[in-house]
Parts: sequence; C-alpha cells; structure tokens
Amino acid sequence: MAIKKIAFIVEKLPYKSETSRLALTHAIASQTVEIHLEDGDNVEPVLIFVGEGVLNCLKEQKALDMYGVTSLEMHIKNALLLDLKVLVCKEDLDTFGLTEDSIVMDAEEIGGEVTTEVVPYDEIQKNLESADHLMFF
Amino acid sequence: MGKLTIGCFSSLVGSMSLDFAIKLSEAAVKKGHEVDLWLSGNGTMLGKKGQGKFRDYSYLMGTVKELINSGKFKITNCEACAKARGIGREDTEEGFGIASMDWYLASAFGTDRVLHIGGE
Repeated sequence: MAIKKIAFIVEKLPYKSETSRLALTHAIASQTVEIHLEDGDNVEPVLIFVGEGVLNCLKEQKALDMYGVTSLEMHIKNALLLDLKVLVCKEDLDTFGLTEDSIVMDAEEIGGEVTTEVVPYDEIQKNLESADHLMFF
Repeated sequence: MGKLTIGCFSSLVGSMSLDFAIKLSEAAVKKGHEVDLWLSGNGTMLGKKGQGKFRDYSYLMGTVKELINSGKFKITNCEACAKARGIGREDTEEGFGIASMDWYLASAFGTDRVLHIGGE
C-alpha cells in the first residue's frame, strides 16, 4: 500500500498552446488512477501554477465564447470540486499585479469545498521537494 | 533492471522531442530496462498509420516496431488526444495501446524514473 505524490507544475500561458490544458486534464485523471493500481495504492496530485502559468487562473475567461472550447477556469473549478490541492505562487501573482480577487479561488457554485491556496514560493518549493515525481507543463 | 516512464506531448514533425524520447527508449531497452512511453497532445501523431518516409522528416516507426517486439517497451496513445486529431483505433499502428490519462499516472506510480516532456 503506497501513495505517490505527483506535482503538476504549470508554467506556460493559457491558450497559446495545449500544454496547460493537458496539465489540468492529467491532474484530474488522478481521480480514476486506482483502477490500474493495487488495492490501497493511489496517486496524490498537487497542481501548481508558477511564472506565466498563474495567468491560467484568471477569472471570467471567455474561451467557450471565443474559441468554442472549455476554459482553463472551468478545469480549475473541476479540480477544486474534486478536492485537488491547487497552489498559486504569490510572488508571480504580484509580478502581474494580480490578487486573489483576480483568480479562481473556489468552486462553490458547483459544490466545491476546497479552495485555491495562494502561497509564497517557499511553500511551493516544499511541495516540489516532497513530490515523488514532477511533471512540468 | 529498472523501469522508465516517459511522457511526450510534442509532435512527430515540427519538434525533435519525440525523436529524443525514442532514442532514449532504445538506449534504455538495450540496457535491459523497461520503458513505458505515453503519447499525449500532438505526440499521438507518432502512432498514425501510413506515415511517409522522407529524408527531410523524422520517421520513427521502424525503431518503434523493434522496441515493441523487444517485449520491454509499451507505447500508449492518449485516447482523447488522438480522437480529437481524427486518429482512432483503426488509424493506429498495431502494437500501440490506447488509454485514458490515468494510464500514464499509473505508470508513473510504479516506475523508477519519470521523464516528462510536456510539449511546446
């Protein structure tokens, strides 16, 4: 019986490439990984937004209207609904002049109880060090 | 011997990351290690049937077939990523697996090392 922590680190811009979307969909796929594993084994995902990647977390995204695709905002809300740990780097938010009011902090309207955590880079570093595997997107 | 899990999200033509992933897989298998290669995003193009062999473009299928035949190499396409690109089971080369994203995470769970090439 083991739990392996996988950190999904998003450092790329939204909508410029498919990369950050795939980070979210892969992180969310951790919810069904048990079907491939032995009883008691599981994956613990942590979703981390750093650098330009924090822009994936902006509120009021219009991807569905503009491109006809689901927004990264919707995926982040789904991640929160599924109780994934979502960390956003505070220093990087500050760099872009963003605050907690600018980004997706919860998924209350769809029943989510977990909230986004805006944390200093030191805290993110601790999560990277405690992860078994890192996946940079 | 160990196990290596590689996730590659880059396209066959337009990037050399898949070439690198296959070269690395080949080296690992030759040393006796096992390799799981997960193809997502544009990386799913690698499994497409009917690829042309031109000297100006990468052609990896020969090496991939040898690796599959070694019995130490599993290569799997992301089902949704491939389908979104019009690549179904019938369009995919024999020996390629097709699975949902949790396959990759399960492989990462049980491996010694993960090399994740997240795409351009």
